[in-house]
Amino acid sequence: MSYKLTVNGQPKTVDVHPDTPLLWVIRDVLNLHGTKYGCGMALCGCCTVHLNGEAVRSCTTPISKAAGMHVTTVEGLSADGSHPVQVAWQDLDVPQCGYCQAGQMMSASALLAKNPHPTDADIDSAMDGNICRCGTYLRIRKAVHKAAEIAAKQTKEPAAAVHS
Amino acid sequence: METTLVSRRSFLRASAIAGGGMLLAYYVEPITEVLAQFGPPVTLLPSSFITIAPNGIVTLIAKNPEIGQGVKAMLPMLIAEELDVDWKDVRVEQGDLDAAKYGLQIAGGSTATPLNWEPLRQVGAGGRQMLISAAAQTWGVPESECTTTPGRVHHQASKRSAGYGELAAKAATLTPPDPKTLKMKDPKDYRIIGKNTANPDIHKIITGKPVFGIDFTTPDMLFANYVKCPVFGGKVASANVDEIKTLPGVKHAFAVAPGPDPSALAGGVAIVADTWWQARAAADKLKVTWDEGPTAKQGSELYASTAEEMAKKDPGQTLRKDGDVDAAFGSAAHVVEAAYYYPFLSHVPLEPQNCSASFKSGKLELWAPSQTPASGVGQTAKALGIDQKDITLHLTRVGGGFGRRLTNDYMVEVAYIAKQVGVPVKLLWTREQDMAHDFYRPAGFHFLKGAVDANGKLVAWRNHFVTFGENGRFAQSAGLSGEEFPSRFIPNFSQLSSMMPSGVPMGAMRAPGSNAIAFVMQSFIDELAHAAGKDPVQFRLDMLAETPLPPAAPPPGTPVAFAPVPFDAARMRGVLQSVAERSGWGKRKLPKDTAMGVAFHFSHRGYFAEVAEVRVTGGTKLKVNKVWVVGDIGSVGAINPTAAENISQGAVIEGMSHVMGYEITIDAGRATQSNFHQYPPLRLTQAPREIDVYFLKTDNPPTGLGEPALPPMIPAVTNAIFAVTGKRIRSLPLANQGYSWA
Repeated sequence: MSYKLTVNGQPKTVDVHPDTPLLWVIRDVLNLHGTKYGCGMALCGCCTVHLNGEAVRSCTTPISKAAGMHVTTVEGLSADGSHPVQVAWQDLDVPQCGYCQAGQMMSASALLAKNPHPTDADIDSAMDGNICRCGTYLRIRKAVHKAAEIAAKQTKEPAAAVHS
Repeated sequence: METTLVSRRSFLRASAIAGGGMLLAYYVEPITEVLAQFGPPVTLLPSSFITIAPNGIVTLIAKNPEIGQGVKAMLPMLIAEELDVDWKDVRVEQGDLDAAKYGLQIAGGSTATPLNWEPLRQVGAGGRQMLISAAAQTWGVPESECTTTPGRVHHQASKRSAGYGELAAKAATLTPPDPKTLKMKDPKDYRIIGKNTANPDIHKIITGKPVFGIDFTTPDMLFANYVKCPVFGGKVASANVDEIKTLPGVKHAFAVAPGPDPSALAGGVAIVADTWWQARAAADKLKVTWDEGPTAKQGSELYASTAEEMAKKDPGQTLRKDGDVDAAFGSAAHVVEAAYYYPFLSHVPLEPQNCSASFKSGKLELWAPSQTPASGVGQTAKALGIDQKDITLHLTRVGGGFGRRLTNDYMVEVAYIAKQVGVPVKLLWTREQDMAHDFYRPAGFHFLKGAVDANGKLVAWRNHFVTFGENGRFAQSAGLSGEEFPSRFIPNFSQLSSMMPSGVPMGAMRAPGSNAIAFVMQSFIDELAHAAGKDPVQFRLDMLAETPLPPAAPPPGTPVAFAPVPFDAARMRGVLQSVAERSGWGKRKLPKDTAMGVAFHFSHRGYFAEVAEVRVTGGTKLKVNKVWVVGDIGSVGAINPTAAENISQGAVIEGMSHVMGYEITIDAGRATQSNFHQYPPLRLTQAPREIDVYFLKTDNPPTGLGEPALPPMIPAVTNAIFAVTGKRIRSLPLANQGYSWA
């Protein structure tokens, strides 16, 4: 079956079986490898992407449900690492192995898009679906707060703003 | 006291002797077995690691697999420090597997620091010396009059200087100096070691670049899944491969017989398709009649009942015996008996097992997320019947190791499949396959009896450890050393073991042995402190103040390299006192339902003491408020503090997963749990708000950090639970005993 969708702002047409998870379309058809496979059951959050702005688990989202929608992957946050979430993740040296971090950043960026000043409780609630097997959770919490600060600063100083 | 790891040369010379079961039973550090598989020693040359461009940009090779432990920064930092360059001018590249250039390339046993501290600083110092020689020859001045500042050689007297980039071409033509002649920096002059240094892959990770094994692709690649018998050691009797071949995208489907070493290549069915999802979808339609083999009759219940029976009988082995334990029990003021249990564990790195291979004209090329790539190449060569020289291996970044990738079954499987199909293949296991086919952290059963006298002094200890093994040889990572603390610190002491056979594959998991033993030893010590009516920290300090009995003599002929590193009580007292001070032990008023637990453990040459502050509400709802970690890993403290803090906090988080959620149960010869809903790693909401990490600097050589911060965390939490509730935790995990995170 042929499906049209917009991935990181680019229109794409893919020809796959309707059951194919969005994750495997992103990885093996569109060759965007930032989005990871971890469990295949929406348990670990490694595969998190934005579907029309909502954080979803792409491993359990069939392509048929994503058709016609806007998909954002980690590559779509920014290619140069300038999205506030990416900047915060780099500044705080969050990753250990790094495998889960694309999913973590996608959950964080979806949270911040709706809630620019999240509390600890908001962060816990939004990020609890993302497992970090290396245990970088303390830095992840800090990085979400820091990303919020960076984004707020950019809003005040539009000249320095970056697109998301 | 001698705590330096012996030189690699003598270490490796000794390794040939290391295979014997007697030696293994004596010296429980499984990584030595892995290290022993590697080839002859090589001298590390500056030219193998350092490339300097005319503009002064320095490219350094990171030789070891990066599994998240931070060696991709740490090892090049050692070179850069002595080369004397600015880190901002350094680029780091991952080295391919090349024993002739890089020597050992392994991620395991917290060995990267002790094995490379000297040789890689010598590589840097050698490179610096060659640049100085090049400048001195160019200027016609004595080398001894030349100095360096980062990236530049200077001749003060003639006021001349030249950048490394200008000198590199000439330096490359010179003979490298003898490492013994090199003068290393005074640590007070360090500009890089001891300073926060960024992960060289950070930008690639945050922008989603393909850096992991699972990300590797070639344009003509096919994708494979490999289905094995759910029962360990089983093989294919028959399978509907002809039907599978007709499914969408499927290009190949075939049964594979077990290889010469079934732990490297187990029997199964390979399915190769245009995309991985097609291969995986086809696997759902696969119908296999399995020859399950004898392990199908085994399970966790059988192991537990067998352990109970064995505990009542005389032990099979005496690991150490001091004084007269029975007499001491007879005259002691308080005697405590307890049985402890811990389960099988799966490693669950988030990147499931995978590997890519291309076999063309008799040559095999591999792209492997492996912790022991050289060992994998050896196993692959054997399974395929090809020469190791015909195998090229590229190391990828690894999405978590934890010991799972010390074994290379995925590598052998993909190599076998690629040889069959003749085009590049990426093999990827599902999460369920990853959990079903691990080399599990062994379960274990400890039957303990201890006694304190009327003064509250620990006078007797007996541990009958029932574990897995056969013919006097422990299963992988299922051993216990007679020297394990509190051995040597109690006058009447016996460490005993009995073994039962098992078909479950077992292997090293982060802090192997220690990750289980610390829970048992430090919990039972806590029980005895309570029986003695003493403060748990003071009771431990009193134990550590005893003059230790001498360590057991190694079996005759044991090479020095394999003698255990003796436990240094002074170093442990140091971390224990420090963690008590930092946590305010006994000094702070704690909220309701809240208490602190303490534990320490020595492993992988590192000394760690940890305190956990835990709140228990309703008797079973746990919240770890804060954790304090103090480590002694030598004179530098942490080589890269930001990474050291991160990995230590991660060790604490991982310990909490052991406490609450991790358990693999075996039923009918197969793992019961299949995915994270049944085997839950700790989540963000459950993590403590604060984990305080501190490193003492002591006059000892720098040692590794990948593992030793983990073991004390588990008993620190369970001891805190006791302090709140009065209920002693003697078995893990807690989720199946009615506990949950608050």
